[in-house]
Amino acid sequence: MIYRECGVFKANYRADMAIFPIPLDRWGVIIILFIAFLVVPFSASDYWLSSILIPFLVFSLAALGLNFLTGYAGQLSIGHAAFMAVGAYISLILYGRYEVPLLLSLLGGGLVAAAVGAVFGTPSLRIKGFYLAVSTLAAQFIIQWVLTHWEWISGGVFGTVDTPPMQVFGWPIDTPVKKYYLVLSVVVPLTIFGKNLVRGQLGRAWMAIRDMDVAAEIIGISLFWNKLLAFAVSSFYAGVAGGLITFTYYGAANIEAFNIMVSFHLLGMIIIGGMGSVLGSFFGGGFITLLPIFINQFAHAFGTALKTDLLACLELIFFGGLIIFFLIVEPYGLARLWRTGKDKLRLWPFPY
Amino acid sequence: MIFAIEVAIGGLLVGVMYSLVALGFVLIYKSSGVFNFAQGDMTLFAALALVGFLTLLPLWLAILAGLVIMIALAIAIEAVVLRPLVARPPLALFMATIGLGFLLQGIGQGIWGTDPKGLDIGISDIPFKAWGLLISQFDLVGGALAGGLVFALVWFFQKSRTGRALRAVSDDHEAALSVGIPLRRAWAISWAIAGLVALVAGIMWGSRLGVQFSLSLIALKALPILILGGIDSIPGAIIAGLIVGASENLAEVFLGPYVGGGIQTFFPYLLALVVLWFKPYGMFGREIIERV
Repeated sequence: MIYRECGVFKANYRADMAIFPIPLDRWGVIIILFIAFLVVPFSASDYWLSSILIPFLVFSLAALGLNFLTGYAGQLSIGHAAFMAVGAYISLILYGRYEVPLLLSLLGGGLVAAAVGAVFGTPSLRIKGFYLAVSTLAAQFIIQWVLTHWEWISGGVFGTVDTPPMQVFGWPIDTPVKKYYLVLSVVVPLTIFGKNLVRGQLGRAWMAIRDMDVAAEIIGISLFWNKLLAFAVSSFYAGVAGGLITFTYYGAANIEAFNIMVSFHLLGMIIIGGMGSVLGSFFGGGFITLLPIFINQFAHAFGTALKTDLLACLELIFFGGLIIFFLIVEPYGLARLWRTGKDKLRLWPFPY
Repeated sequence: MIFAIEVAIGGLLVGVMYSLVALGFVLIYKSSGVFNFAQGDMTLFAALALVGFLTLLPLWLAILAGLVIMIALAIAIEAVVLRPLVARPPLALFMATIGLGFLLQGIGQGIWGTDPKGLDIGISDIPFKAWGLLISQFDLVGGALAGGLVFALVWFFQKSRTGRALRAVSDDHEAALSVGIPLRRAWAISWAIAGLVALVAGIMWGSRLGVQFSLSLIALKALPILILGGIDSIPGAIIAGLIVGASENLAEVFLGPYVGGGIQTFFPYLLALVVLWFKPYGMFGREIIERV
């Protein structure tokens, strides 16, 4: 009774194509956006904004990118953090060295990352499965090396570039609230764009390739374009996310912030959140960002001051255990649980 | 010239040590169709367990105890992780092994601590001169061990009854079940063998680098070897290991100075990518024919 799908009368094509056809969903999204834009910035503390909400949003964006590639197009990538690194360095260089406006330099970082991603996606035309997964690792190592050793980019072997003070349209972005707004105003449009992308022709082509690429090719889907586009779009999102997190969270582009562990975390996010689901990317992003904080609180609740290395081990155990748990019990992740919950609410509290 | 040969031989011997890790991947893939990303973490786990036992037991008993631990681990993995995932897509199993890797890292370091530990098995790492070339005794022992393992494993897979059963399982889980191969036992056996290989690799690499977290990163060195040689080819793992070891050493020494050094970290991947462009299933991998 609570989640109602009735009363939806699609009288024209526009209504039939609507992104959220059910009024309750539409209202839900509007309320969430309202809370995100108008309630959270004024009620959350600086700590929450700058060390939980900003990484949550940015990593969700990166996970969304990986979800396009792995969840929708079925091409596993275990070197995705490298594309974040490309976006981070390029957007910093554009902004700091060439004084391109901030939003444009984020876009530029994303576009360069997309180009690099498409190049590393070319093997997917010939190879697939595990061979492809390992060859995406090549992206991780080659990009890491290039970024640290090419002096035009890193300015030295250590490969750290600091962020200059930020401004958008002349407004300085210095407080956590303003940074949060910056992140939100990049993440929300990109998410809506992504949601529409996977509903459209491209997303359907990707899903056909994921389900069986030989069959997809036979019915006339160009594997060449669609696979390369999957890599490019996915890397674009990763690149923008990399640029954003460098500007608003790390403060300096450092190659260690985008090492292979980050790639695995992204993969964990989409497994736990839900493969092939836009909403799931956000669930996963939130889950993985909050997990270390959770474990920390949990340890404190027991009163014993656990050693930091033991805490790190606990984190690894939980992360690995959760990946296995979700793969076995709920292969479509938290997004599927959410859906099951909605199905239950349709009838509840009546039995039939 | 002598220097170049020394560099190449040093690389070849290191390559054999890489192959030891790559071998673990090939074994599990060949015998259960699972790409086991946790092999590096199993190596770390085995080495950690061995060092832990060494504080209580003499070397041979500790190795035996390590072996028992790895077999128990294999049985546990089969029961907890693999059995519920029967007949699921191979990529799901692959991702489960990524999770397994984190789990093993966490458990191993949680029990035995994160601080680097030394491991001394009584083979000196001091190079000696033979025919005018500097060669490390340690590398030779490693090479001999790897060679012996390869011969034993090739024999096992080609000739023995169990080995043939394992190959059938890797081909198709359900078909193997239907002709009466006990899937659960086959999986436990193949993971136990991979555990044995991990133990050997853990001993060799652990005594060279010390037993610590970075040991699990050896797997990242083994992966390009794996796709270069073909995921399901035991000789491929050895030959590709030799190629990778020698070429990365030569590249680092002779090419490195021109581009700023450190190319060892990615050169094997570059090599593997180039080869994959021409041979999508590696040099010796079995080609998969797909139908709709």
